[in-house]
Amino acid sequence: MIQQAFFGYFAFAITVLSLLVITRKNPIHSVAWMLLLFFHIASLYLFLNAEFLAAVQVIVYAGAILVLFLFAVLLVNIREEMKIGRFIGAGATGFAFAAALLVVVLMSIRSFVAAPPGIYTVDLIKQETHTVVLGKILYTEFLYPFEVASLILLVAIIGAIVLAKRRLKG
Amino acid sequence: MVPLSWYMALSIIVFSIGVFGFLSRRNIILMFMSIELMLNAVNINLIAMSHYLQDMRGQILAFFVIAVAAAEAAIGLAIVIALFRNKATAHVDDMKEMQG
Amino acid sequence: MELQFYHILIPFLPLAGFIINLLLGKEVTRYKAHWPAVLSVAGSWVCSLFALRDVMAGKIINADLYSWIVSGTFKVSVGFLIDPLTAVMLIVVTTCATLIHIYAIGYMHGDTGYYRFFAYMNLFTFCMLMLVIGNNFLQLYFGWEGVGLCSYFLIGYYFNKKSAADAGKKAFIVNRFGDFGFGIGVFMIFLTFGTLHYSDVFPNVSVMIGQRVNFLGWNVDLPTLVALLLFCGSIGKSAQIPLHVWLPDAMEGPTPVSALIHAATMVTAGVFLVARCSPIFNLSEVAMNTVAIVGATTALFAATIAITQNDIKRIIAYSTCSHLGLMFLACGVGAYAAGIFHLYTHAFFKALLFLAAGSVIHAVHTNDIQEMGGLKKYMPITYAVFILAALSAAGVPGFSGFFSKDEIIWSAYASHSSVGKLVWLMGTAVAFLTPFYTFRLIFLTFHGTNRAVHHAEQDGHGASHGSGHDTHHGEHRFHESPKIMTVPLMFLAAGAVAAGWIGIPPILGGGAHFAEFLKPVVGHPEFHGTHAEEWAVMGLSTTIALIGIALAAFLYLRKTDLPDRIAKTFKGLYNILYNKYYIDELYHYTIIKPTMWIASNILVAITDAKIIEGIVNGVPGAIGRFSQSLRKIQTGLVEHYGIFMAAGAVFIIALVLLLR
Repeated sequence: MIQQAFFGYFAFAITVLSLLVITRKNPIHSVAWMLLLFFHIASLYLFLNAEFLAAVQVIVYAGAILVLFLFAVLLVNIREEMKIGRFIGAGATGFAFAAALLVVVLMSIRSFVAAPPGIYTVDLIKQETHTVVLGKILYTEFLYPFEVASLILLVAIIGAIVLAKRRLKG
Repeated sequence: MVPLSWYMALSIIVFSIGVFGFLSRRNIILMFMSIELMLNAVNINLIAMSHYLQDMRGQILAFFVIAVAAAEAAIGLAIVIALFRNKATAHVDDMKEMQG
Repeated sequence: MELQFYHILIPFLPLAGFIINLLLGKEVTRYKAHWPAVLSVAGSWVCSLFALRDVMAGKIINADLYSWIVSGTFKVSVGFLIDPLTAVMLIVVTTCATLIHIYAIGYMHGDTGYYRFFAYMNLFTFCMLMLVIGNNFLQLYFGWEGVGLCSYFLIGYYFNKKSAADAGKKAFIVNRFGDFGFGIGVFMIFLTFGTLHYSDVFPNVSVMIGQRVNFLGWNVDLPTLVALLLFCGSIGKSAQIPLHVWLPDAMEGPTPVSALIHAATMVTAGVFLVARCSPIFNLSEVAMNTVAIVGATTALFAATIAITQNDIKRIIAYSTCSHLGLMFLACGVGAYAAGIFHLYTHAFFKALLFLAAGSVIHAVHTNDIQEMGGLKKYMPITYAVFILAALSAAGVPGFSGFFSKDEIIWSAYASHSSVGKLVWLMGTAVAFLTPFYTFRLIFLTFHGTNRAVHHAEQDGHGASHGSGHDTHHGEHRFHESPKIMTVPLMFLAAGAVAAGWIGIPPILGGGAHFAEFLKPVVGHPEFHGTHAEEWAVMGLSTTIALIGIALAAFLYLRKTDLPDRIAKTFKGLYNILYNKYYIDELYHYTIIKPTMWIASNILVAITDAKIIEGIVNGVPGAIGRFSQSLRKIQTGLVEHYGIFMAAGAVFIIALVLLLR
């Protein structure tokens, strides 16, 4: 019962915060609500026994990505932003399709069939600690994807610099 | 005990909100934030499944999603900056060069 | 025995050389393109020697390297079979290829397509080695088509010269006829045995005995059909009647190509095929007799044409046809070992003849022997090796060619074959003609006085260097080829003289090691004949060969006006021979003209103009109109694309839900 109550609070908070993020007129407010949203999501991860990912969520999303968004938002002329409409003309159509998507996918949840459970029971993870288990899998079974991910990040670093760099005169 | 389907419902709700934001907001930065919202929705789903199916692969996948999201945010915002420098706008309906 | 790494290197080294020159030739290796080419082929030669050592030690390698195609019960792999027959072929191919590659460094020097030439030569060597080393029919077919393709590239190497490009096309198209039959033959083998591996086919050929199949409405004997279909491929590739027409034209290619592809290796693939498939051929007397008759006829026919030709390379090309005919003659009477033995000796002396001819052409810049003469004193090395090669080709006792040719003629005489005596007579006639045309070539090229005075003056250069008092001014510009060309010639000359010594027949005190070596693969025919007969046959062919040389000397050294008088007296016969029995003209009127007529009047006029053009123009028109209306949804606005994407996702998920 207490679990359901916790989940109910987080689900409600996450939904409301998500809506706040996308409906605020001032982008800075959006970023602020998003920060709160990410903390809530991280808490939900803790709830699901994924401590390492909760930490990553806070550090990477709240710490790094949102700061990046904040920098970008500061480029925008906030005063002008406040004057014109926040939604584009096709916004109503967008809402219709988003709602349709929500309905069809919700309908498909009913037919979800769970696969037979794997070996990583809660007890096992607790015994070995979450980070150790994750690290063992990541550096053995998923070594190559892991290396590829590092390559993607490298490309992103270079790409971001090349794109955002001011062209030097001469 | 919270059933898995509740998490899945939450995930799809957040995802749909992200879709709605992406399709309707005028500001490109907000569109990117909507994309982050969708990615987070996916991550909630993955981690919930990982927990309920007792399989770590879901968390690994979520891990990679976070990595790719970081890369995507960096590149995307660099594009926004380049765009803003050239067009002095961050509004999607001001971009009509591709209109034929 | 296990497959060793050096076995794998044999074909793949030349492939590596090809890839290096293909990728880096234009930018990096350029005029050093011979380094990867020659080194890779030489490495392949060394590996072949190791393979030969293994085989001589009694080991036979049959191993699959890689499963190429697996489809149900159909399985084809890239595999190696190295048995005595393959070992001989490997040695022949890599030895000739190495020496010819080295020679080509000098011959092709300064050519604009230098790297392209070596890349093709390497590719050819790779395909040829795959052909001989494969352990299944599909790999054989792969190599077979590969060498054909390389031959096409190399004949048309001077592609901006129309005659060369045409000759390349001709070779390719003519070979298509033979390969078509060969392809069907391979299918028939798969249909009968359900596999293409030699090791599964040849030990079980006896299941074909007595089987009859319906082929194009005829009820035919299966072994005969398969053997003849395979032989079709041989006819095309080895330039036998009636598909011999491409080989003389193929001389448009650079001379090293003629030596390697159109004398020593590729054209002998047909003989190799027959020898490799000897278990199949042995089952059918009809097929054997066909092989023998076609071979003997080609041998005689090509030799008669060679007498009247004036193009130095064409003479040697017809000589090649003729010698290939002799090899088929041997196979046809069951003496496969003799055929392969001749293949082996022929590779040396014929490659040498071509390369020496190339050396001459390199010096005088013409192919017409009527414009040569007196080159002996300018090109002593070329002259010497040419003489050695000619003596070997002519079958003068002591030289390689003698032993192999004698074995063929004796095998024909002594075989059980019903056509044995007939083909023996034809072979003996060839034994007379071969020395005659070969020495005619030598005497016209190297002896007498130079007849190229006008030519030299027209050339513009050369004459300007000459001292005006010299009556033969222009001659002095002829000089011996560089060492890079003459040294391979000397090595080949050693082969032309001595290569045959390993196969000296017992009657001359030898051990016939060659035939013994091949016996496990191709067997050994039973001869019936006494020693006296053997001496007589050998004596006859030798005498007749010497007479041929003497006659050539008499006609072209002593009474130099006599040949023209003879040609005038027997004008009809001379014209027939000079025009190669009008075979090309015959094909032109019976095949090419009707084909062209059908092409221009039916295919182009009706099928192409109406049907194909209609479809070709109609379909894009319809698509164009459709896309005109469809492009309206391409608004170029990002938000619209986003909505389409979401709509698509909704649609697909809904569809999945509904259809479940």
